[in-house]
Amino acid sequence: MNIVVCVKQIPDPETPASQFAVDEAAKRVIPAQGIAPVVNPYDPQATEAALRLKDAAGEGKITVISLGEDSARDAIKHALAMGADEGVLLSDPDFENIDNFQTATALSRAIEKIGDVDLVLMGRASADWDMGVAPLGVAEQLGIPCVTIAKSMELDGDTLTVERVLDDGFQTVEVDLPAVVSISNEFGEPRYPQLRQIMLAAKKTVQVWSADDLELEDDEAGEDNRWLGLEALYIPQVESNVEIIEGDSPEEQAQNLARKLREAKLI
Amino acid sequence: MPGTLIIAEAADGAVAPHSFELLAAGRALADQGGGAVSALVAGDESLAQSLFEHGADAVYLAPAGSLDPGYAETGAGAALAACEAADADIVLIGQTSIGRDLGPLMAFRLNTAVAMECVALTLDGGRLRATRSCYGGNANAEVTWRGDVQIATLKPKAWDALAPDAGRSGSVTSIDATGEQRVRVVSTEAAEATGIRLEDAEVVVSGGRGLGDPSAFELMEELSGLLGGATGASRAACDLGWYPPAQQVGLTGKTVTPNLYIAVAISGASQHMAGMSGSKNIVAVNRDPDCNMVQVSRFAVVEDYKKVVPALIEAIKALD
Repeated sequence: MNIVVCVKQIPDPETPASQFAVDEAAKRVIPAQGIAPVVNPYDPQATEAALRLKDAAGEGKITVISLGEDSARDAIKHALAMGADEGVLLSDPDFENIDNFQTATALSRAIEKIGDVDLVLMGRASADWDMGVAPLGVAEQLGIPCVTIAKSMELDGDTLTVERVLDDGFQTVEVDLPAVVSISNEFGEPRYPQLRQIMLAAKKTVQVWSADDLELEDDEAGEDNRWLGLEALYIPQVESNVEIIEGDSPEEQAQNLARKLREAKLI
Repeated sequence: MPGTLIIAEAADGAVAPHSFELLAAGRALADQGGGAVSALVAGDESLAQSLFEHGADAVYLAPAGSLDPGYAETGAGAALAACEAADADIVLIGQTSIGRDLGPLMAFRLNTAVAMECVALTLDGGRLRATRSCYGGNANAEVTWRGDVQIATLKPKAWDALAPDAGRSGSVTSIDATGEQRVRVVSTEAAEATGIRLEDAEVVVSGGRGLGDPSAFELMEELSGLLGGATGASRAACDLGWYPPAQQVGLTGKTVTPNLYIAVAISGASQHMAGMSGSKNIVAVNRDPDCNMVQVSRFAVVEDYKKVVPALIEAIKALD
């Protein structure tokens, strides 16, 4: 069984608001000083999902793909240290600041280039742009079905049974492979890379493929060819009108708050 | 003139409230010079009247169930047919279980893009410009489309539904087309409802990682119960397994707009704000006076929640 896991390196979503800055002219986030980018929080769950399927089947190969700058190697390394087998970094100046349509195109070409892929796993969204579009896009470009926001999976022959999370409940679906599945945080705790695996991961191959390697047309990559144009990026202004509730003790503060809430008819 | 198509959802024989918000957004575009507002809904003709009353000029009826969660492939076939029949160059979809799949599927099949979870829309020279939150609510992005059809999903409660106008009516057209459904739905079950639904509650009390202890959620539940509200949690607290993920408020959780939102030991960084910043009155209990949550609050108590919340419960009981 050949599984591809797509991962992404993003600015740390737990960066305090006070350290978050935007270059409005360039329409880019300025990396926060001293806060390293991290693997998108949903992606280790996608890697975990792949490893559980491989463990259950007793065979299989897991290839990790990341599209991004050189720092995306860290996202690949993390998945390799968890137990994935090989890595592919999609790197090209024409991949900078592209949209999710273009990302899906590049990822799908890479998946075709790997060949004979049974299952593609991705996080349910990336926590930077938070669109959740790429899994469906990759599936559409590959002409295969997509199941989104999975919390558990079981493979029986060529049929994958997936339990997925809905706004108000859960849903069980079946899909025949090949397919794309996006994985939710409800999937459960991803395994933590052990020292021995981290050392083994250093010896695993990471290939680097450019836009030319993927045989992308000139108008399929490049910031100028985005399908969703980014016109502005800015930090929304928040005006503070907070009233700090005073008091000589926490009890008095609490009593004053209760009184204020009652006066404002909020309770 | 091209118009706007909204994808309405229906459950138990009634149109979902969020769909009326889509109609309000469509009408606002029409007021700015956009074309007619059409609505696609899956089910029978009895659904049409409420769509007209809330702003639709025309209604397209897809086969019942074809826009249910899990049936995005079926629904995309109907939606693409309705898009063509209505001559729509703008498609508005709810950011819901079906909408999350339907928007991208339609976009890729129409060779265009989709902007997810938009909070504002304007027409600029007849073309759509959308605002959406990104980077965990830290930034806003404004986007436009290169492709002919402009598809957006809208964040729940970012628009107010129009008051129903019983005098409005329009044409009803059946759409037979559906897409090939490769994903087979086996079963759908509702989450076990414990108390008041988070999204419907007028009061929400949420706790974050700053509680330091999962058992502190009992205190949150006591306070929310006393106020007739619901209990929520930040993503960090849910990720730690302190509270059920279904109760998560935030970018990747529920969106709530209660009259009163009490945030206990939540700094307001990252994910959380996006799910509750529409709350009408925010109260923060936090030891850090400079944290984001205190700044956006109407009232804040800068003190250890362990001292404040039990005293607040007693103080509220003593009010009556």
